[in-house]
Amino acid sequence: MSTLHTISILVTNEAGVLSRVVDLFSGRGYNIESLTVAPTIDRNYSKITITTVATQEAIEQICKQLHRLIPVLKVSDLSVNEAIEREIVMIKIQPKDEDADKILRIAEVTGAKVIDITDKTYTLQIVDDEKQIQALIELIKPYGYKDFVRSGKVALSRS
Amino acid sequence: MAKEMFTGAQIFLKSLEAEGVDEIFGYPGGVILNIYEALYNQDKIKHYLVRHEQAAIHAAEGYARVSGRPGVALVTSGPGACNTVTGIANAYYDGYPLVVFTGQVSTEQIGNDAFQEADIVGITRSCCKHNYLVKDVKDLARIIKEAFYIATTGKPGPVVIDMPKDVLTAKAAFEYPKEVKLVGYNPTYKGHPLQISKALKLLREAQRPVIISGGGVLQAGAHQELTKLAQLLEMPVAHTLMGKGTYPESSLQSLGMLGMHGNYWANFAVVHADVIFAVGTRFNDRITGCLKRFARDSQVIHVDIDPCSISKNVKVDIPIVGDAKNVLSAMIKELSSKPFTIDHEAKEKWLKQIDEWKQKRAIPECPSDKLSAVKVIETIYEYTKAFKPIVCTEVGQHQMWCAQMFKFDEPRRFITSGGLGTMGFGFPAAMGAAVADKNALVLNIAGDGSIQMNIQELATCMDYGLKVINCVINNGYLGMVRQWQEKLFNKHYSETKISAPDFVKLAQAYGAKGIRVEKEEDIIPALKEAMESNCSVFIDFVVENFEMVYPWVLAGQPLNKVLLSNDQKVC
Ligand SMILES: Cc1ncc(C[n+]2csc(CCOP(=O)(O)OP(=O)(O)O)c2C)c(N)n1
Ligand SMILES: [Mg+2]
Repeated sequence: MSTLHTISILVTNEAGVLSRVVDLFSGRGYNIESLTVAPTIDRNYSKITITTVATQEAIEQICKQLHRLIPVLKVSDLSVNEAIEREIVMIKIQPKDEDADKILRIAEVTGAKVIDITDKTYTLQIVDDEKQIQALIELIKPYGYKDFVRSGKVALSRS
Repeated sequence: MAKEMFTGAQIFLKSLEAEGVDEIFGYPGGVILNIYEALYNQDKIKHYLVRHEQAAIHAAEGYARVSGRPGVALVTSGPGACNTVTGIANAYYDGYPLVVFTGQVSTEQIGNDAFQEADIVGITRSCCKHNYLVKDVKDLARIIKEAFYIATTGKPGPVVIDMPKDVLTAKAAFEYPKEVKLVGYNPTYKGHPLQISKALKLLREAQRPVIISGGGVLQAGAHQELTKLAQLLEMPVAHTLMGKGTYPESSLQSLGMLGMHGNYWANFAVVHADVIFAVGTRFNDRITGCLKRFARDSQVIHVDIDPCSISKNVKVDIPIVGDAKNVLSAMIKELSSKPFTIDHEAKEKWLKQIDEWKQKRAIPECPSDKLSAVKVIETIYEYTKAFKPIVCTEVGQHQMWCAQMFKFDEPRRFITSGGLGTMGFGFPAAMGAAVADKNALVLNIAGDGSIQMNIQELATCMDYGLKVINCVINNGYLGMVRQWQEKLFNKHYSETKISAPDFVKLAQAYGAKGIRVEKEEDIIPALKEAMESNCSVFIDFVVENFEMVYPWVLAGQPLNKVLLSNDQKVC
């Protein structure tokens, strides 16, 4: 059975490492749902977080293969144990005048922040887990939106 | 005092020297002229100028397979680099250590579609163990050190180093690093003691055990340990194509090769075993047959240095990640530390059962009165075995017949392309073998199709006095493909009939020796003449066109559905 997996990969921070990692997924025909990468506090290393839909066996194999890459130090499948996951979403909305208040109220109850206002648009930001983000999206949908972006997940294991 | 400065080209050579490399295979071009200039001014490293870059890589692999040391090749950018890809992939799949140096356009030109630019790091990413683009001459020595380390440790494999032209002309001080620091690379050598104990318990209690010995045993130099353990526990041994020579085939406990064209009894032993002890094999589909039916009723112990190989295809009950030599020695040590019992009676019964299966053999049948390929290969084996030849093959029917007919008691004598199955591998690999062991009798048993893929290397052999005896099994067809067409596509021989030049005349045109054999009684005289020749030889064995390789497990069938002859359906 295929499920969503969040894989955290610690790599050396050097040119070409990301493509090596991504190649492993594309080479096996797996679609990457989301991908984030940034240096760790020690800038010699980077943390890559990938979410992908695959069977447990496939994920195990991918994790082993990832481990085989020379610049990869650590691979963990965060779906196995409890993990804290967060994602940033920004939504730009151009509400009708009469809807503006409702938008602000939605922001308030979902914990989203208004991070930019122009004469025609509001931009909301939410930093949360999948469930809350989906909730916000469903609430906003009826009012329409101009633009939308999500960062891709970052995650840490709880233990 | 100011340190002495060297160009990248000089550092390249000094680093090879530091690695103990004295022979390389290569082909020059614009961006690596500085290296060739540096080569010109020294005599420590011998360069073999091949006729095609693919052959340089195969030759380096042949060299590595025979010597146990990494093979080294040097080629130019763009077309030169692209020509190496098949060779690199071949070494990757069979796990042999290579360090391949490619030239690259200058760093400031990279990415600008410069003349003869190719992103070889991108192109080879999925078919090598690791690769590097050197961006600063100061990194060159360290990268070379790392490359040799990575290529030769863990599961060996090819490493590519791409060297831009300006890096080769820039200068730096030279100090060859004493050690490598690679935080992300720590191959596991020692098997987990608990797993080893568990495995031993299972093996001691086994009634019908069988060992599958793969190329990893050869790589680890663990053939003696394997032999010892097999004796201690009275286990029969089947080998994979890559594992040939890891267990003495003259031994009674040897089952020979298993798999698609393996021995009937080897396949049956694996199917009926209660415990399968697999060492250094990836469980390729050519040896498992239908995966769902493989090892359905047996427990599987799997030793491999590459964690990726374990439970990839076959679900394993006791995985042991580690180097075969290390793990097998640990097992022998534990066994020898205290008395143990095994069920001799059960083992005897098991071996007797296998003996019964041994009566079932493929009966070679030659459909006409033409020379039989099987007969030719058998005769070559019988005649040359006293000389302990290194036997290379190309890919196809002749390869499988060689694997079936040639018996080896030691490793590194049988050289064939397994994982990738690369036609055109055999001849250049044989050339590399001849470089690695200058006194050995080197044979390349070739198909008439395969030999035409790298036949140009005869010129290289002639230049350097390398002697390879090419035995062309000339059946006028891409025989292995034709065999599938005969069985599975109603004898529609679509694009498999293939012509060839007159190999005798062709050999002569290169200044080599050419002999044609059409009759059985001429086989041995031709071999004699070839062995007496002081240069490379082509023997054109004109054989029957429609011979088939049996035993044969059709792709996707379980291992015990073995066909033994043309008219048999499934037994
Ligand atoms: C480079 C390459 N191309 C295609 C194939 C597919 N293939 C496998 S065996 C074979 C036929 C080989 O013919 P030949 O060398 O004459 O050997 P034979 O089977 O006749 O002994 C072919 C085309 C291959 N293995 N390698
Ligand atoms: Mg042929």
